[in-house]
Amino acid sequence: MSYSCSSTAYELKCNECGKRFGNQPLSACPDCLAPLEVTYDLDSARGVFTREAIAQGPANIWRYATLLPLPKGFQPDLPVGFTPLVRAKNLGRRIGANNLYVKNDAVCFPTLSFKDRVVSVALANAQGFGFETVGCSSTGNLANSVAAQAVRLGLKACVLVPADLEPAKILNTQVYGARLVRIDGNYDHVNRLCTLIADEYNWGFVNVNLRPYYAEGSKSVGYEIAEQLGWRLPDNVVVPMAGGSLIRKIRKAFQELIYLGLVEEKPVRFFGAQATGCSPISHAVKQGWDYIEPQKPNTIARSLAIGNPADGPAAAKMIRESGGWAEDVSDVEIVSGIQELAETEGIFTETAGGVTTAVTARLYAHGRISPDEITVSCITGNGLKTTDALTGHYQQERAVRPRLADFDAYLRELDGIEEPVLATAGGK
Amino acid sequence: MAVKVTLPTAFTRHTDGRKQFDSTAENLSALLSDIDQTFPALATQIKDDDGKLRRFINIYVNDEDIRFLGGETYAFQDGDEIMLIPSIAGGC
Repeated sequence: MSYSCSSTAYELKCNECGKRFGNQPLSACPDCLAPLEVTYDLDSARGVFTREAIAQGPANIWRYATLLPLPKGFQPDLPVGFTPLVRAKNLGRRIGANNLYVKNDAVCFPTLSFKDRVVSVALANAQGFGFETVGCSSTGNLANSVAAQAVRLGLKACVLVPADLEPAKILNTQVYGARLVRIDGNYDHVNRLCTLIADEYNWGFVNVNLRPYYAEGSKSVGYEIAEQLGWRLPDNVVVPMAGGSLIRKIRKAFQELIYLGLVEEKPVRFFGAQATGCSPISHAVKQGWDYIEPQKPNTIARSLAIGNPADGPAAAKMIRESGGWAEDVSDVEIVSGIQELAETEGIFTETAGGVTTAVTARLYAHGRISPDEITVSCITGNGLKTTDALTGHYQQERAVRPRLADFDAYLRELDGIEEPVLATAGGK
Repeated sequence: MAVKVTLPTAFTRHTDGRKQFDSTAENLSALLSDIDQTFPALATQIKDDDGKLRRFINIYVNDEDIRFLGGETYAFQDGDEIMLIPSIAGGC
């Protein structure tokens, strides 16, 4: 399948000193070293980026191509994104929420995490810049997505991951034929190495030298939430934080929609979710800091285990300015969060989703979110990739003989009922 | 006593193309003074208007973030490898 799409004019801009740099594989301002961001000629999108035009687009992120940084002539062929926004009545009843929605990127195409959004935009630019090899530092989901999407585009992929990553995430990268390098260190070590590699090799690293373009893909989560709510903004958004990029890009999407008149302006509060074992951003929010104290991660939520988040200071500032808050939860609570979402809404998320669900519950419990407010909890990954987090929580029960009486007896045994079993029906 | 300092390529326009240099600095603040003297243009780039190291630069000592070693109080050891890296990359 193919779609035609064209972006409005865009280029890289330094948020600190305001200098512009055109379009090139560059992530930091050469002068003040601040991260670069893609800026658009938003006014030229007026009358083009409309509800009607979007509705006529394909049911994937390319319906928002006007405000994504895509090189001229780019022809997307993967139906990435446009994942369900699910009304979570059952989970809501359990945690005291009357207007709770779950944005379910556990079913994002093609590799079951929100990273498919950012990778599709990054690889479009990798091709545009003429890179033949692409790579990334990854806690797993990004590796999966780069490997899968690169092979389809005919790009070579080399991904670097911490050696202790979940086996499923490693397998889910290797299967696509990508070169996978396990690094003896945590994500921050891997990340630093990738910065050095990108400096020496002519590779397109999606989250290093292609990072400004890559990060823009996250905006599609914000566009989808607004459109799926019937072109209105929620009161609150709860977002997992690793590097601190996604939460800021959702806000950027909302601001663009307001500026272009697609939604009514209203204050939206942003809430960040982290694991206590790696909580530098939530710590900064709670302390009121405008800086991040790096941490050495120790949590089962490996996809959020970034101890030195690049966008952390900006994320912490933005959360506070929005009137939101950040919370962090223990590994035990993360597992409970995974189970709670599965048992109530039938959505099996990975550890990061357990973090988001547990934090969402706490925000209601602590009164930081009121029951009737429209709140969206962002689930970013699939539980099939982190089944080891549930090891020991479910026993493999004994096998039952294929007879009705045995089955009946077994059910009574499970339910603790001691009454006589069906002695005659189908007995021995 | 000497430490070896490594710079990212983006900084080498201020160092006549040199990516590495040796320093006898005993700690981070002495290293910044050393850079003031040896590569004044680089010093301007890596420090803000108040003379503090810009917050977008991370300093590593033998692969460890200097903030885990005590930051400015860390005393460089002979042979330490010091690396200056912009904090640009990251996850979601």
